Amino acid sequence: MIIGTPKEVFAGEARVAMTPASARDLQKLGYECMIETGAGALAGYSDADYKAAGVTVKKTAAALWKDADIIAKVRQPEAAELKQLKAGKTLISFFNPAANDAGMDAAKAKGANVIAMEMVPRISRAQKMDALSSMANIAGYRAVIEAGNNFGRFFTGQITAAGKVPPAKVLVVGAGVAGLAAIGTSTSLGAVTYAFDVRPEVAEQVESMGAEFVYLDFEEEQQDGAATGGYASVSSPEFREAQLAKFRELAPEVDIVITTALIPNREAPELWTEDMVKAMKAGSVIVDLAAEKGGNCKLTVMDEKIVTENGVTIIGYTDFPSRMATQASNLYATNIRHMMTDLTPEKDGQINHDMEDDVIRGATVAFEGEITFPPPPPKVAAIAAKPKAEVKELTAEEKRAAEVAAFKAQTKQQVTLLGVGAVLLLGVGLVAPASFMQHFIVFVLAVFVGFQVIWGVAHSLHTPLMAVTNAISSIIILGALMQIGSGSFLVILLSALAVFMAGINIFGGFLVTRRMLAMFQKS
Amino acid sequence: MDYGFTTAAYVVAAILFILSLGGLSGQESAKRAVWYGIAGMALAIFATLIGPGAGLWLLSLVLIAAGGLIGYQLATRVQMTQMPELVAAMHSLVGLAAVFVGFNAHIELGRVLAMDDTARKALEGFAALLAKKDAVEIAILRVELFLGVFIGAVTFTGSVVAYGKLAGRVTSAAEKLPGGHVLNAAAAGISVLTLIWYFNSGGFLPLFIMTLAALFIGYHLIMGIGGADMPVVVSMLNSYSGWAAAAIGFSLGNDLLIVVGALVGSSGAILSYIMCKAMNRSFISVILGGFGGPAGEQMAVEGEQIAIEAEGVATALNEADSVIIIPGYGMAVAQAQTGVAELVRKLRAKGKNVRFAIHPVAGRLPGHMNVLLAEAKVPYDIVMEMDEINEDFPDTDVAIVIGSNDIVNPAAQDDPNSPIAGMPVLECWKAKQVFVSKRGQGTGYSGIENPLFFKENTRMFYGDAKASLDKLLPMID
Repeated sequence: MIIGTPKEVFAGEARVAMTPASARDLQKLGYECMIETGAGALAGYSDADYKAAGVTVKKTAAALWKDADIIAKVRQPEAAELKQLKAGKTLISFFNPAANDAGMDAAKAKGANVIAMEMVPRISRAQKMDALSSMANIAGYRAVIEAGNNFGRFFTGQITAAGKVPPAKVLVVGAGVAGLAAIGTSTSLGAVTYAFDVRPEVAEQVESMGAEFVYLDFEEEQQDGAATGGYASVSSPEFREAQLAKFRELAPEVDIVITTALIPNREAPELWTEDMVKAMKAGSVIVDLAAEKGGNCKLTVMDEKIVTENGVTIIGYTDFPSRMATQASNLYATNIRHMMTDLTPEKDGQINHDMEDDVIRGATVAFEGEITFPPPPPKVAAIAAKPKAEVKELTAEEKRAAEVAAFKAQTKQQVTLLGVGAVLLLGVGLVAPASFMQHFIVFVLAVFVGFQVIWGVAHSLHTPLMAVTNAISSIIILGALMQIGSGSFLVILLSALAVFMAGINIFGGFLVTRRMLAMFQKS
Repeated sequence: MDYGFTTAAYVVAAILFILSLGGLSGQESAKRAVWYGIAGMALAIFATLIGPGAGLWLLSLVLIAAGGLIGYQLATRVQMTQMPELVAAMHSLVGLAAVFVGFNAHIELGRVLAMDDTARKALEGFAALLAKKDAVEIAILRVELFLGVFIGAVTFTGSVVAYGKLAGRVTSAAEKLPGGHVLNAAAAGISVLTLIWYFNSGGFLPLFIMTLAALFIGYHLIMGIGGADMPVVVSMLNSYSGWAAAAIGFSLGNDLLIVVGALVGSSGAILSYIMCKAMNRSFISVILGGFGGPAGEQMAVEGEQIAIEAEGVATALNEADSVIIIPGYGMAVAQAQTGVAELVRKLRAKGKNVRFAIHPVAGRLPGHMNVLLAEAKVPYDIVMEMDEINEDFPDTDVAIVIGSNDIVNPAAQDDPNSPIAGMPVLECWKAKQVFVSKRGQGTGYSGIENPLFFKENTRMFYGDAKASLDKLLPMID
């Protein structure tokens, strides 16, 4: 089958869904690759590069849509593009299915299959094709770079001959993939970085990136993000108040705010209110990565950079990945390639659209003339940790009391055992003859010694212990030896057999023990 | 030589045996301890041969030598993975020997009792010993002898069946004849009745009937116990062979037999206790076979088993700093211990912290895994017991489970209705990543679904353990 990638038609989009490197890998899966002329130009790949990788270059988009069986692209397809879909063709692209009924209807009418890259479920196995994450990573990085571009000072603090420069203070709101990438970039540039997220369990991740997690003075049991598949969900009004109060407190201090808070399939929550913007110092920068969904700051204008009256720059770009087209294309093309690998289990260049597979099912929004969105919940759910039961810390006195009680119980148990044992022994002694008692005492003492000695045996030596007890239990040979000399032929025969078998056991047991023990070595 | 020398030799031998068992408390002292045992045995046999009552010593020596030759062959040829079978087979020999010696004692007793006083005085050896006994002592002797034969017979068939199960010649599943434990109870009842009969009549018939009943009990009891419970069974049989020797010692009036029998008996009993505790089951429930029915609906396992190839495992291992390996019976079956050892050597050469976690009931014999790893030259100081290492899993990068199942089953902790609820398990799922080397998707011996295989941080590395390791080894660099 043929995989084709057209030039992106969305104005300003520089990414491309196939790179020469990914084309080579796709060919290994048995596919032929095709690209529209100039599709990779903005991402830094010329037609010649593609040709060198064995990709056919088509003059027009129409020819490509006609010939290719699988179309891989980046942006949500436009109506004109969808018209060129046909039954049996597969489109792999961002599709925004939650707000793109027209697109899904068009695909349904055409009978084409559509895989929406943003619908790849967030499970470990699907991470390699999670394009949202790879794009968010770029957005987070680029957000800091854009902020730095619009910020008039150093990020890192310096003491120079010309005076002291304080470090920039950066606040990252929302520690998802983009947030963490922003934190990493910001700390490595030397800024003092703070981060906040409604999911307290990410505090560890935040701190591992070198930022300080902003904790709220809030008593309510906070939600565990793992219960919602790793995404944030809507928080309670009280929690929101506590959060805004904290931000208000931070607003005059911070120089750069990067907001990344998004809740799936909802308007972005307002986290950075107008009064906070007013409280910020002149020259501060806000980068609102949620601009596409209305923005975490209401002053944000989508796709634009504005400067407020008090001199705060608010950046509302939505094309951060496209601004780093080469990097973004590489990652996205790799995501696509991984998706194709999963779709081609036989590596024979034929798509096997397995609707039983969690990942493929989840990402498919239109299949053979049916709309398959929204998908059923995946079989694998991220397992949320149960809240830990509190273990009461014992005071020293309680501990001592417990120890004393345990000691007493132990003493009582031992005394009882000894008492019962003694009574039993006495009872036996009353009826049994003296000759029996002699042996019996030996027996009891031997059992006692045995118990004392065996408890000390190392666990790792239990097999040698069995072998050696096996060997010495052939002490039964003594009985046979004593009998062999006396009596009838039958007795001699039976004892001879017993001696023979015990002989096997003695030698076998001891030798195998020795062999085993010789193998135990210290490093 | 007179009787005093024999007794003195017996005392020394008994002390040597105690030292021999006590020396097993540490790997280094154990190497010396085995010599104590050998010396004790040699001394005991020597003293008996030259002592009162022994005759035909040339024949005895020839027989011991012949037996020794076979024993030597067995000991040098046996593979370490076959240790459980060997131990079980050797128990059966002790059991059978005890039965024979018991029979002899009975025959001799009958002969001596039939004689008149003058003939009794002329007797030598063992018969002379019997001749001195009065009526009460003879009654006690009969009980002792009866017990010795009973335990010996149970040990014999039990060990033969255990051997068959361990060697794979008999199905390792728990199987019972129709009637189940009623049959065992009936056989035990017959034994008790024949004891009373024998006690009163002294005839051979009740002894013989009891022997048959005991042989049946041994067979049927062990047939009803599944493969994974074998550690308990083998140590129980070990214990029985000791008690049989002790009972025979009573009937022969031989203190050394009593001492050694008691030592071996208590050793086996303690091992059984440790094994049962490690499975959180009572001794009775193990012996009566099979797992008890679950107390209620078991937790459904959600999710899917995610497979991984050797490349993925190799990458994770190359990046890990600390690794814990949990071997189980599957490693023994696949003979993968040398591959595991090679892996450990490579990882340790790179400065990684590699350790083994051994569950007390891993394998089919107490301490089975330790011996296999020792054979593959894994240093014993990186082989840890469950209690020593369980705390360390949360700080571990990679845990590798090779051929074990129930001992790493989180259901034992999470699901109060699981048949193994409450059993102490290795908490390997707390490691950052878990790889499970396993033949296929089936459940283990106990038939209990293992939620570990469905965890987010678990990857299944399917295939024969040895083949998997061979694939993995070249990728570790």
